[in-house]
Amino acid sequence: MDFKSGTELLALCRQEGQPISRIMRRRECLLGETAADEVERRMTRVLQIMRASTTQPLETPLRSMGGLIGGEAKRLAAHAAEKRDICGPVLQRAVTYAMAVLEVNASMGLIVAAPTAGSSGVVPALLLTLQEQYHISDQRLLDGLFNAGAVGYLAMRNATVAGAVGGCQAEVGVAAAMAASAAVELMGGGPEQCLNAASTVLMNMLGLVCDPVGGLVEFPCQSRNAAGVANALVAAELALSGVPQLIPFDEMLAAMYNVGRRLPAELRETALGGCAATPAACERCGGCG
Amino acid sequence: MPFISVFDVLGPNMIGPSSSHTAGAAVIAGLARKLIAPPLTSVRFTLYGSFAKTYRGHGTDRALLGGILGFATDDIRIRDSFRIAGERGLAFAFAADEAETELHPNTVDIRMENAAGQVMTVRGVSLGGGKVKIVRINGVEVDFTGEYSALIVIHRDTPGVVAHITRVLSDHHVNIAFMRLFREARGHTAYSIIESDGTLPDGIPGQLRGNPNIQDVMLVQP
Repeated sequence: MDFKSGTELLALCRQEGQPISRIMRRRECLLGETAADEVERRMTRVLQIMRASTTQPLETPLRSMGGLIGGEAKRLAAHAAEKRDICGPVLQRAVTYAMAVLEVNASMGLIVAAPTAGSSGVVPALLLTLQEQYHISDQRLLDGLFNAGAVGYLAMRNATVAGAVGGCQAEVGVAAAMAASAAVELMGGGPEQCLNAASTVLMNMLGLVCDPVGGLVEFPCQSRNAAGVANALVAAELALSGVPQLIPFDEMLAAMYNVGRRLPAELRETALGGCAATPAACERCGGCG
Repeated sequence: MPFISVFDVLGPNMIGPSSSHTAGAAVIAGLARKLIAPPLTSVRFTLYGSFAKTYRGHGTDRALLGGILGFATDDIRIRDSFRIAGERGLAFAFAADEAETELHPNTVDIRMENAAGQVMTVRGVSLGGGKVKIVRINGVEVDFTGEYSALIVIHRDTPGVVAHITRVLSDHHVNIAFMRLFREARGHTAYSIIESDGTLPDGIPGQLRGNPNIQDVMLVQP
């Protein structure tokens, strides 16, 4: 029941006539030597934490430890409540939720790393938005999480999800690839369409650097999570429309990893380049002393 | 390649903001506290590399202290660990050593003292994603992760001790996953670290202590 690549995963889906989420569940039970109900219980807890972290800052704004962010989610929610939003209900809500999770994270609140803390907003934001807008059950949402987990597992196994190794494309990029694939399954797409969407996200976010101001998981990380959700939605829409993807997921993942390793160290989480090195950021941070 | 669980991807469930600087810090300190008999009276943390530079903004200090207090990575009390440590009468201090650059960038030294006056120092490294490694105990280089049920035996480096350890383990039908011996110098103090796939029985430490060459035994359950 194990798979080591997207190609092997798709072969398993075909052979078993099952969606990605089902294959990933079976893999977890078998190779993780865990009973199915325990696996469901743990994933239900993941969903609970995700839900709390998307909604809490809409009511109660939270100030970050480093002081660079706080209150963004409430602003976005208020903007939408006044009917002045321009993104439409799905994207507007998803962006709000993604910003909210990063607000919780940066203020030492409880989140689920997905796949990392710095990229923890994308998957919950998109899945919970789809649930609200399209009336998806919690049980189906768990399917989405297992699907996302399969894509994230392949990225961890065959590339990296560490900003210090592969830049933001490996963190928010992979998170968005996970979210896009999950969204496709939830909205009725097949396994190949799922991985096409994941591949498209990696393609569209290729080369994105990791340049946190002051070395903290605050800015631009929070905004990048919102951008990740937008990328995931675009890719899912393309895949669900049947737009073909020239580059298979495995090859795109390898390309992302190669680009990541070629990024100079200044652009891989060291806070020495990109946004972190702008005069405005340095003035706010004062960390180099 | 070790098994990557879906909960390694969607997880850990953690107090933010960083899996390496916050969650990993709590895990290291949580392992350290299991290496000394409670209750602790004081703890001092020395932070190196990126830990030293950014620990306040990442809440690394609160997470380390939270780990010492026994809080898991998803325990919201990590936020208030300074206050809770104060209430429990645990003295704590933090020092940043930015001069030392040879170590892994996310390294911490933890010096703990308990009510019996015992002192234990532990060096831990945070590897990312909440994964950690203990690399030094009381100045001796070691290597264990806390992901397995682990037995740490401090003993004299003398013939027969390892045989005694393996005999006791065999009596308990323990299947050893890894067993390694680390030592200061020949004939001095040695550390045997045994990791097992299953849960090591709680009766093992008492039985091991029966040997006069064994100074201390610690059982660290995952």
